[in-house]
Amino acid sequence: MSGETATKVRVTGLKRSFFVPLIGCPGCQHPIVSRTVGEVLEEMEMDGTAVVVTGIGCAAGIATLNLDTVLGSHGGAPDTATAIKRLRPECMVVTMQGDGDCIAIGAGSFIGAMTRGENITIIMSNNTNYGTTGGQTAPTTLIGQKTSTSPEGRDPLREGYPVHVAELAATFQGVAYSARGAVNTAANYQHTKKYIRNAFQKQLEGAGLSFVEVLSACPPNWRMEPTECLNWITDKMIPEFPLGEFKNSSKTG
Amino acid sequence: MTERTLVKGNEAVCWGAVNAGLDAFFGYPITPQNEVIEWFARELPKRGKVFVQSQSENGAIMMVYGGAAAGFRVMTSTAGPGWSLMQEGMSHLAAADVPCVIVITQRGGPGQGSIRHAQMDYNNVTRGGGAGGYKNIVLAPNSVQEIHDFMQLAFHLADKYCNPVLVLSDGVIGLILEAVELKPLEFEPLPEKEWAVKGRDTHPEEMMRRFIHSSPASGKFREGYFHYGAWLEHMDQRHHQMAEAEVRSETYQAEDAELMIVAFGYVSRVCTEAINRARAEGLKVGLLRPITLWPLDSQAIREQADKGRQILVIEDNLGQLVDDVKCAVEGKTEVHFLGMLSRHMPTDGGMIMPGRVLEEIRRIL
Repeated sequence: MSGETATKVRVTGLKRSFFVPLIGCPGCQHPIVSRTVGEVLEEMEMDGTAVVVTGIGCAAGIATLNLDTVLGSHGGAPDTATAIKRLRPECMVVTMQGDGDCIAIGAGSFIGAMTRGENITIIMSNNTNYGTTGGQTAPTTLIGQKTSTSPEGRDPLREGYPVHVAELAATFQGVAYSARGAVNTAANYQHTKKYIRNAFQKQLEGAGLSFVEVLSACPPNWRMEPTECLNWITDKMIPEFPLGEFKNSSKTG
Repeated sequence: MTERTLVKGNEAVCWGAVNAGLDAFFGYPITPQNEVIEWFARELPKRGKVFVQSQSENGAIMMVYGGAAAGFRVMTSTAGPGWSLMQEGMSHLAAADVPCVIVITQRGGPGQGSIRHAQMDYNNVTRGGGAGGYKNIVLAPNSVQEIHDFMQLAFHLADKYCNPVLVLSDGVIGLILEAVELKPLEFEPLPEKEWAVKGRDTHPEEMMRRFIHSSPASGKFREGYFHYGAWLEHMDQRHHQMAEAEVRSETYQAEDAELMIVAFGYVSRVCTEAINRARAEGLKVGLLRPITLWPLDSQAIREQADKGRQILVIEDNLGQLVDDVKCAVEGKTEVHFLGMLSRHMPTDGGMIMPGRVLEEIRRIL
């Protein structure tokens, strides 16, 4: 981090929420996403009142931060978060899910929470595959991308098309904020951190559900070197999953 | 004079829960328990409590998980097909050591089955249908008053053992009206839920977060499970505590009985009527009614066999409790069975009637 952009959004590191090191395979970006969530909570002085609900999968690695945490079911985190926020409105309630967790098995839970306009924040790490189980096809897998269950590459006639979750979320009246970021470059990281901050701000304002999708590298399952992954995100993922804010409204509707 | 109110069984669920200090209800509509969710939708907001209609029963149980993890008295209510969808969540709740109450108003299965009464979820509620290994108390009321009182007992036992408790109603007692005393019951005091998530800095210890998780890596950071085996030992210990301390059953006309009927729920009421008629004919028949289906009072059942009494299991299904009764008597006596094929009509409105039970008593004695 250097230069002008670095002064806008700093990498502050975790002061209070560090517990044990965030884990991941070499080049995995889930720990970066998790740490960023922790950093923003600390910067907003919300880490002490935060409750994190995770899904199942590598993205759940955020559970090792020293924050009150509930490790939910596969896909059910928005439901679990719904109850916690309704009963403890003073808490900052955030779910941390993977793409398979959020939009495949948990699609009903995710859409239910958006329909009701729950005042929670959902962070979805998108690495285009089921990383924990060995790299199977996800709803977000790119056309032509090889996975262990699409060995010839994703064929739309067989496996359909990638789902655009941030754009989908923006269509819900109960959603106040929806954005997609990446952490493959310093600039993208800074935008992402800003999106996460905006999302938490919406929850503080009681504006409705806030959603941030973060593109995230998975070197072992992508069969790439970590540095190759960074370029692949720029060259392949971002053209399919454009970055930016898709909705930013002061109240739901 | 005791004040009694005419209440429907399904609404007694709600009165009982409110008298137990319910904080939130999460649920999804399903027949035959829709009065429950409608009552809570109407009454909880008035009382400053939380009501959420979920997008599915799977959603409802995961909401219950969140509310329970946050330290509140929470519940859901469903029937067979919805209960099937809750199995995943049940396993998580039991494994994560968080308390909640689930009401199942049984209807006819399997599958879509029937929306009318039956007792076809006995195996499912006593065996744990979710990912394996957990056990939970099942209370089986047979009157509207008991539904009301058992709701309160259920919340107490759930908090006492940090484990889900099921109240197994059915489409008969859920839908009948009876005069009920709607009184809050007294229970022994329980410790604060210091393990609940509410933000790391709200806990008494400096910088020590709470972690609720359905695995040994878990929430039970607070008790410290160093490995899978230690976690299993903890669960096993809890199962034994519940099995020893919470087993409940009652008998009727058992003193001199030569034949003991074993029945629970609405069928136990039917059997009481049949026993009264049989006694008038001089037939020595009594009733052993399990109140907790898990833990089942196997010892009381075995004692009947030890006394040389025959046993007749009557349940509105194709034979479920009867298997556990056979296990309990260890082959020491004959176990007869009367099930839902003996209902008075072949449609789903059919019931096991006192007259049919009486016929069976006469046949055996």
